[in-house]
Amino acid sequence: MAERRVLWLALALMALCAAFLAWQLRAPMGFILGLRAAKLGALVCVGAATGAATILFQTVASNRLLTPGLVGFDALFILLQTLLVLALGGVGLAQLPSSLRFGMEVIALAAASTALFGLLLRRDARDVTRMILTGIILGVMLRGLAEMVQRLMDPSDFAVVQQAMFASFGRVDPQQLAVSAVVLLAALAAALRMAPALDVAALGRSTARGLGLDHDRLVLVTLLLMAAMVSVSTALVGPITFLGLLTASLARQLTGSHRHAILLPAAAMIGALILVAGQFVFERLMGSQSALAVIVELFGGLLFLALVLKRRRR
Amino acid sequence: MIEIADLHYSAGHTPILHGITTTLERGGITALIGPNGAGKSTLLHCISGLEKPSSGSVRIDGIDPFTVPHRQRARTVALLQQSPALVSRLKVRELVGFGRWPHHQGRPGPEDAAQIDRALTAFALDDLAGRSIDTLSGGQRQRAFIAMTYAQDTPWMLLDEPLNALDPRHARDLMARLHALSRDDKRSIVIVLHDINAAAGWADHIVAMKDGRILAQDSSAALLTPEVLREVFDTPFDLLHHKGRPVVVAR
Repeated sequence: MAERRVLWLALALMALCAAFLAWQLRAPMGFILGLRAAKLGALVCVGAATGAATILFQTVASNRLLTPGLVGFDALFILLQTLLVLALGGVGLAQLPSSLRFGMEVIALAAASTALFGLLLRRDARDVTRMILTGIILGVMLRGLAEMVQRLMDPSDFAVVQQAMFASFGRVDPQQLAVSAVVLLAALAAALRMAPALDVAALGRSTARGLGLDHDRLVLVTLLLMAAMVSVSTALVGPITFLGLLTASLARQLTGSHRHAILLPAAAMIGALILVAGQFVFERLMGSQSALAVIVELFGGLLFLALVLKRRRR
Repeated sequence: MIEIADLHYSAGHTPILHGITTTLERGGITALIGPNGAGKSTLLHCISGLEKPSSGSVRIDGIDPFTVPHRQRARTVALLQQSPALVSRLKVRELVGFGRWPHHQGRPGPEDAAQIDRALTAFALDDLAGRSIDTLSGGQRQRAFIAMTYAQDTPWMLLDEPLNALDPRHARDLMARLHALSRDDKRSIVIVLHDINAAAGWADHIVAMKDGRILAQDSSAALLTPEVLREVFDTPFDLLHHKGRPVVVAR
């Protein structure tokens, strides 16, 4: 049954993508189609990366409230990017081919996130409240740190960082999109291969280890995959904090499954669906450009509150 | 055979176990009794390789649970933990099925399904197999986790307070079932019990712990004396006999 729902999701996503491309298509068709395809690609990549990364994070954190966005995964990415510009200079960085630069950023994020969140996951995983607090404070701190470094830097270098930070769905670099898509697909495939082990990890660190799962290694690999996914979405459009929470919760509700072989593709497709549908409605039907992120944050934030309050009552 | 030599364990700066040295023979039920905070659960965690002791050694059937590959460890010893985390929407059958993970590593076969069926039947869970564990009562949930431990099909089963949340009927059924497993399946069972009479009625051996040390270890009949119990629990006990079984009562 859950498999059938994933199939329906796939069909809905394909239909929506077709509508996104074909809606009121006028001459010059080839040009407009190219623009739309790039934008659609970015939306799908970001949605899928955010959805899958959130499911992965919630599993290794044994926590349904935290998301990579909330604990500052994307802030860490921006901080690293800022430091990279600071170290190499804006011009030096611009001279690097975008695939090399992206690769460097992913590896740096993977290393930094493993050091930071690996510690958080090992120490506090049992204490949910403390984990949420530590995570959110970490997120705020990383954001503040990135901002501080940006204030220290040369204005022309800052412009480079700013461009990376505030890139929107409006202008997407096709080369970067291609690199992102490849990285994302590889990460998704690797995560799906690990799906049965992730199911065991969801039982909690202690039980999973009792069943002979090398939990520490699994967390390490998962953080690596998440780092790749978060890099993809942050590099393409910048942070959308609550999209992951919205996506993961919807995926769990809709499939009614605990199996990662179901949850991961479902969350990836729901993430893509939300973004493509939102962009379609706001841009094509309402003629407004910037409202999508705001609306996603609003509903995601409301959901976060609802989940926190529900938890209290129980 | 479980051999423990001079085992020390500290949680942070608080010492929990102070030099435990003992041998637990294969076969039968060994009960760990002792007051709260005696270190019984910690000892089980150390034996099963989940908590690393600060010094000392553990050998289960000759293997070191801390150096052997995780999978081999999980095929030698299974641990039922106290209050394990719950996964919402997980069905009882699926939970019990996780006990097979060390054997199939994600690719279950027909023998895994057969073993799950056996575990469900052994712990009277057939009717609950399709229910989500978050809709079960505490006692039903406890039985589901015990069935998972059983499905792991290890020569050693370590159970940390399995009688928690069980009503008298299910508590009795569980002890009888464990007794049968130790006889017919040749499983060796180590069990933490707070109900001394459950230990008196069903255990072959008893290990009495206090303050991170082993105070006494013997066959049930020999260990359960008012003197030993008084020393272990700091409370006077009377030893009675009912239908040939020892019964202890706190005075």
